[in-house]
Amino acid sequence: MEIEFTHKQSAHCENGVVSNLMRHHGIPFSEPMVFGIGSGLLFCYIPLLKVNHAPAITYRAMPGMIFKRFAKRVGITFKREKFSNPKKAQAQLDANLANSNPVGLQVGVYHLTYFPEEYRFHFNAHNLVVYGKDNDHYLISDPVMEEVTTLTSEELERVRFAKGAFAPKGQMYYPIRLPETIDLKPAILKGIKHTCRDMLAPVPYVGVKGIKTIAKLVRSWPEKKGPKRAKHYLGQIVRMQEEIGTGGGGFRYIYAAFLQEAADVVNKPEWRDMSQEMTQIGDQWRDFALQASRVYKDRSSLAAEGAYDTLATQLEAIAEKEKVFFKKLKKTLP
Amino acid sequence: MKKDEVPQDPGSLEKSNYKELTYAVNEEGEYTTKLSSGWEPKTIALNNALEEIEERVAAARKAVIAGERSPIYYYMEKHKMDYSILASYVGIWKWRVKRHCKPKVFGRLSQKMLQKYADAFQIPVSELKQVE
Repeated sequence: MEIEFTHKQSAHCENGVVSNLMRHHGIPFSEPMVFGIGSGLLFCYIPLLKVNHAPAITYRAMPGMIFKRFAKRVGITFKREKFSNPKKAQAQLDANLANSNPVGLQVGVYHLTYFPEEYRFHFNAHNLVVYGKDNDHYLISDPVMEEVTTLTSEELERVRFAKGAFAPKGQMYYPIRLPETIDLKPAILKGIKHTCRDMLAPVPYVGVKGIKTIAKLVRSWPEKKGPKRAKHYLGQIVRMQEEIGTGGGGFRYIYAAFLQEAADVVNKPEWRDMSQEMTQIGDQWRDFALQASRVYKDRSSLAAEGAYDTLATQLEAIAEKEKVFFKKLKKTLP
Repeated sequence: MKKDEVPQDPGSLEKSNYKELTYAVNEEGEYTTKLSSGWEPKTIALNNALEEIEERVAAARKAVIAGERSPIYYYMEKHKMDYSILASYVGIWKWRVKRHCKPKVFGRLSQKMLQKYADAFQIPVSELKQVE
């Protein structure tokens, strides 16, 4: 069986699944809109935690949060189910497909067979839509892929029951109640307000202050960690910033696109200018990645004298820009 | 980023023909999306990370051959896992996985426990007992 479903590639999986499911139910939302209303933009450094043997930093909200906030703010009720028994998880999925209801699934990336091998890490908060079944093959719309694809039931079970941090536990979700009308204005305002609060949070690990903390760390790495690890850590920052799903510049471009769209929806022309400013900030992040890559390009040699210092200064400049930006954005709110 | 500046560098994913979506501004200043085949700074970062893993796997292999670690340690590194991830796949405590990485303890593991590890790595038990 195959449900008629329009697959549209997106930058990020979480926005993409929501956007594609919404379109299926006749309520089109662009990816930036989902991201903005769901307050997806962030900077966060998680001390003590290591990812791939390097510091854990993120440019976006915790997995699942964008989705949760978006649904709440536009008034859509989603049903979410977790399973301990894989057979039950499959039976419930099949029942939904038989009912012509495409569902979103949380999956692990490591065993995702159609993913490029180089990108298969133990990341468990990936999202995709299942929109049909053909014998033993499930029809998959993975929003980060250009085209639709398939997985056998065994392959699908493996990714649905991946283990480790954020284990998906077969998690499945779909909208069960859609509002008659959606008032976008309050949803957009709430989304922006939340992002301003996060980015200006008085905590050394979050938002603008988080960027400053990372800048300080970058400055200390060559001496404290040695050239090899310093380069590995630096590479990790760039990977998190430019990883598949960010849309470039650590999600800053997606956010700029959101502000531009929101400006027209809410009739706030000043957000169009703010969108341009956000684009420039995104460009600065891109430039940071470019400069950083010149440092970690050659893994064997010692870091050029002062290179880490320059990068740290660059990060501090970005932090300052974002601080000014979000203060200004906050002032545009009623 | 302007639309005509979206990088089209030969990415590390060329062979899988994968393109990702990026957001950029067109000539009129409006946001739009464009596919990108890759960007060098990112490709280098990814390649470095993969090299790092290869080094870890090679070191683990050496340690197993030298009798310092059990093959579990090697397969764990090979599958980009750490103790916690492997422990959750096998369904036991982390400290037990650490113990099982000792060759002596590994030698005494039950068939049932070996099977659990083999399943986690998707290999037969016979393969689990040695490194490639």
